[in-house]
Amino acid sequence: MQLRVSAKIEGGQFIGLYGASGAGKTSILRMLAGFMKPDNGFIKVNDVVWFDASEKNNLEPQQRKIGFVFQDYALFPNMNVRENIAFALSKNESKNIVDELLEVTGLTNLAARKIQALSGGQQQRVALARAIAKRPSILLLDEPLSAIDNAMRLQLQDTLREIHKRYALTTILVSHNANEIIRLADIVIHLEQGRFQQQTTPALFFRNGNDASALTGNIISIDENGYAVVLIENRMVSVSATQEKFNINDKVEITCGNMELRRVQTRSF
Amino acid sequence: MIAWAPLWLTLKLALSTTLILFIIAVPLANWLSGDKGFFKVIVQAIVSMPLVLPPTVIGFYLLLAFSPANVFGHWLEQWFNVRLVFSFSGLLIASVIYSFPFMVHPIQSGLSSLPPSLKEASYSLGKTKWQTLSQVLLPNIKPSLLTGIVLTFAHTVGEFGVVLMIGGNIPDKTRTASIAIYDEVGAFHYRSANVYASILLALSFAILLVLYSFNRKMQQAKFY
Repeated sequence: MQLRVSAKIEGGQFIGLYGASGAGKTSILRMLAGFMKPDNGFIKVNDVVWFDASEKNNLEPQQRKIGFVFQDYALFPNMNVRENIAFALSKNESKNIVDELLEVTGLTNLAARKIQALSGGQQQRVALARAIAKRPSILLLDEPLSAIDNAMRLQLQDTLREIHKRYALTTILVSHNANEIIRLADIVIHLEQGRFQQQTTPALFFRNGNDASALTGNIISIDENGYAVVLIENRMVSVSATQEKFNINDKVEITCGNMELRRVQTRSF
Repeated sequence: MIAWAPLWLTLKLALSTTLILFIIAVPLANWLSGDKGFFKVIVQAIVSMPLVLPPTVIGFYLLLAFSPANVFGHWLEQWFNVRLVFSFSGLLIASVIYSFPFMVHPIQSGLSSLPPSLKEASYSLGKTKWQTLSQVLLPNIKPSLLTGIVLTFAHTVGEFGVVLMIGGNIPDKTRTASIAIYDEVGAFHYRSANVYASILLALSFAILLVLYSFNRKMQQAKFY
């Protein structure tokens, strides 16, 4: 599949890059970071050209001023929490920011811990603190919350929002989780079939009955008034199921067109 | 009583070979562990040659190359006044070539086993390739580094064919412990041969014991 994308992002915005697995979201982040070279086109950030194929201009990742949070966090096992974060700073830079970030991410008590002794959520916080320690022009987040359980994910989303507000970093979050995008992003960019199909607010994007925004679950009961209880992940919703005949255990999806959680459709598989 | 010189010479040769190879092998292994191009495959094959070639073959060609009667040896003598055949320097160069894969392979496989994101994370934090290698990559492959160092050292201690071809058997200059054993046996001095041999045996065992116990400890603390 060929990626052919174009977008302009305002400084300080929180962008959710949304799309199915394999759509090319990570590749786009890697091209922005300089880990992958596009065949063509250009990347320009704050009037500085990072990449221009026609002029054979390609800044090294070291010169791009990016913060990158990897899916596997990529923490350095030979350093403790504080050292991981301080590694981002150059030798004569003040280390005050390290203490500040430890506090913002709730890691002050764990500063001397080895990476090996941290939980997934804590590792994620270290990766985030390290990525923003040198105040990057763009913060790139590659599905940072995908390997974390639900409760922890909500907490981390709050931290992410807090950090974005505090440091006003232009942030691009790659995710295939609609919930996450709704909670965090100012703008959602939808990547499908190698193209940016839409660039709009999350509310508009998901309200338009976008197929990918549907919640899927299983019917666990249907009462005499035609209301079905649907189990979605660990939660239950009760929705009207009178449009057609449903059975218990049917796999269904609830779309939020017209902002009503009413329409229930059986999936065709 | 045995002469200690062959043992000291062996130790000197093994230590120098290990040090030189470590300095050469780290950047080479780092380069080889990156994306594979055809040129890298060729280099990889050359590095691994000493694993499959009989030491006498390597020794023979090095002997030809170093000989003042041939182009390279002649050039060295003319320009630098250096003669490598039957000298410690020649022995050292031959040992470095002969032990190449024993240092390069463990370091290369250690570096390849690290997730690529580790290197990328360091780059994204503005660190140069050298800073990344020395502060992030190497400290996380300590068992591989130790394996390379120990194997090279032990392999050099046990060298025989190459040493004999290049260095001959000159006391205090090129007669290493393994040559001395051969020599003593040839002269029916079994007692002396036995002393040399048992020292090498004990040394090799002790080295490998240290290596495996360290690696066992590191394995328990492994993260990636």
